[in-house]
Amino acid sequence: MLINEFLVLGAVLFCIGVYGVIARKNAVLVLMSIELILNSVNINLLAFDRLHGSNDGAVFALYIIAVAAAEVGVGLAMVLLIFRNRKTISLDDLSEMKG
Amino acid sequence: MFAFSSPVIDYHALAPELVLAAGICVVLLVDLFVPDHRRWITGTLSGLFLLGALLPVVTLAVIGDDVRSSLSGDGITGRYVVDNFALVLKALFLLAGYVVVLLSAHEIEEGGYYQGEFYVLLLSSVLGMVMMASSRDLVSVFIALEFLSIPAYMMAAWKKRDRKSNEAGVKYYLLGVFASAVMLYGMSLLYGVAGSTLLTDIGKSITLEGDKVGVQVLGVVFVIVGFAFKVSAVPFHTWAPDTYEGAPTPVTAFLSVGSKAAGFVGLVLMVYLAFPEARDVYRPFLWVMAALTMTIGNLVALKQTNIVRMLAYSSVSQGGFILMPLAMAFTDGSQEASLRAVVVYLIIYAATNLGAFAVVIAVSRKTRSGEISSFGGLFQYAPGLTVLMTLFLASLAGIPPLGGWYAKFGAFKAVLDAAGGWGYTIAIVGAVNAVIATAYYINIMREMWMKPAPDGDVTPIKVHGSVKAALVICAASTLVLGVLPGLIAKVGAITDLAGIAP
Repeated sequence: MLINEFLVLGAVLFCIGVYGVIARKNAVLVLMSIELILNSVNINLLAFDRLHGSNDGAVFALYIIAVAAAEVGVGLAMVLLIFRNRKTISLDDLSEMKG
Repeated sequence: MFAFSSPVIDYHALAPELVLAAGICVVLLVDLFVPDHRRWITGTLSGLFLLGALLPVVTLAVIGDDVRSSLSGDGITGRYVVDNFALVLKALFLLAGYVVVLLSAHEIEEGGYYQGEFYVLLLSSVLGMVMMASSRDLVSVFIALEFLSIPAYMMAAWKKRDRKSNEAGVKYYLLGVFASAVMLYGMSLLYGVAGSTLLTDIGKSITLEGDKVGVQVLGVVFVIVGFAFKVSAVPFHTWAPDTYEGAPTPVTAFLSVGSKAAGFVGLVLMVYLAFPEARDVYRPFLWVMAALTMTIGNLVALKQTNIVRMLAYSSVSQGGFILMPLAMAFTDGSQEASLRAVVVYLIIYAATNLGAFAVVIAVSRKTRSGEISSFGGLFQYAPGLTVLMTLFLASLAGIPPLGGWYAKFGAFKAVLDAAGGWGYTIAIVGAVNAVIATAYYINIMREMWMKPAPDGDVTPIKVHGSVKAALVICAASTLVLGVLPGLIAKVGAITDLAGIAP
């Protein structure tokens, strides 16, 4: 297999993720899109890791998996927080401050 | 069979991080066992640990080795190091963290919010910043960035029942996480080109030559975009004013100084170690960003009526002045002057901005308002605070003989040294903006000195001891660094970054 196939998969996932972050108005769906971007990064790193034969990429990917879990934990807690105070998780309604 | 060769750990070089890590555990445990009315102990302890972590930084500076690799061994030497650049910034982060602890003491206690956890998160965030100063590898830069950001997201949303604080936290979180995801994609491309995560190895591979130029350019751009969010550079600044306004004021002070400085440290590491040969990509990019950041930050700050929001936009525009020398790095051998300008600016800006926020915290305890008009007549009932605020604002505007003047002087000197069209034009943009900025700083001074108090209430303000201490630290640094720039020039002279390309 060529490395291109993995990189194209990574790039497609990245684009879907960025589209999701920009287009979605639901906080949970935005979080999921961000996870897609992080996973596209992991695919890239592992493909390059095999290409170069060094371990750096695999180690980096492991760290990203762990940090992504921590990030989503904080993110879901915040979504719960705004749901308790506002009864909605639509990001469009977060407009108390402007200017 | 694999032979295990254990890495050699330089405990002295790692001591600041170890002290902070121990502090995090101790404060968390102490918080479990003290009764509610003694929760202030956690704040005092955190302050002590921050100062304790400063001790090994000082001893390391006195020993004065050029570079110490905190961890050395097969394949990990040079990925986490202590050099003069790291020491200066570690000291800055620890002191800024200490001042924020002083500012938080009564604010967090009175709202009835959790105290112990707040200080644990604050210490974690400072630990992340301290790690950022030593990181010389993509993995450790990423871990440090997340370590300093994730606690900061929670601190921004600390006022759980306040809708504005929720909004501040969520906006900061979503944009911060998105930015770091984009930055990671860029980092994966850089790794793909270089085959190593060590920043200096990447610097050798990113030459903008050969058949992988497209990937290199994409990697450089994505990484810079990621850090641009962190330092709230226009057009990636949209989260900053909302987050600063909604978050508790001590947290705002922390974000506008600590988190921003850490973002700039990351940017410096990338530009100096990983992209020295990629000048043609990052220079126009940073140049445009610096010009936009200064101009738009200033123009929007002009029409603000809320003081925290105005300081937020002012901090955006100050960020432009720090980006300015960075854009000119590696143009005609100006890399040393630019590096010094950035570090000196970060130090002076930290002292001044923390001071301004300390005054805002002290005044808003009485007026319970964030409007600029609530500063009216301040001189009649709080002459001390008025004089201090005038000092900080004048320093932000860059009026001699205060610290901000020397910071701006260094930034302009660095871009003018990099002679040529790029340097001269950005210097002109910067000069125009320095004048515009003075307008809204003077507006607050006029409010304080000339206008009457809006509600006629002229009972004096009682300033808590800890806030007083913070004010004294900030005012003294702002004054001393401006009157005796020799001191800070000395600091600037030792900001050698290990592994920098000649």
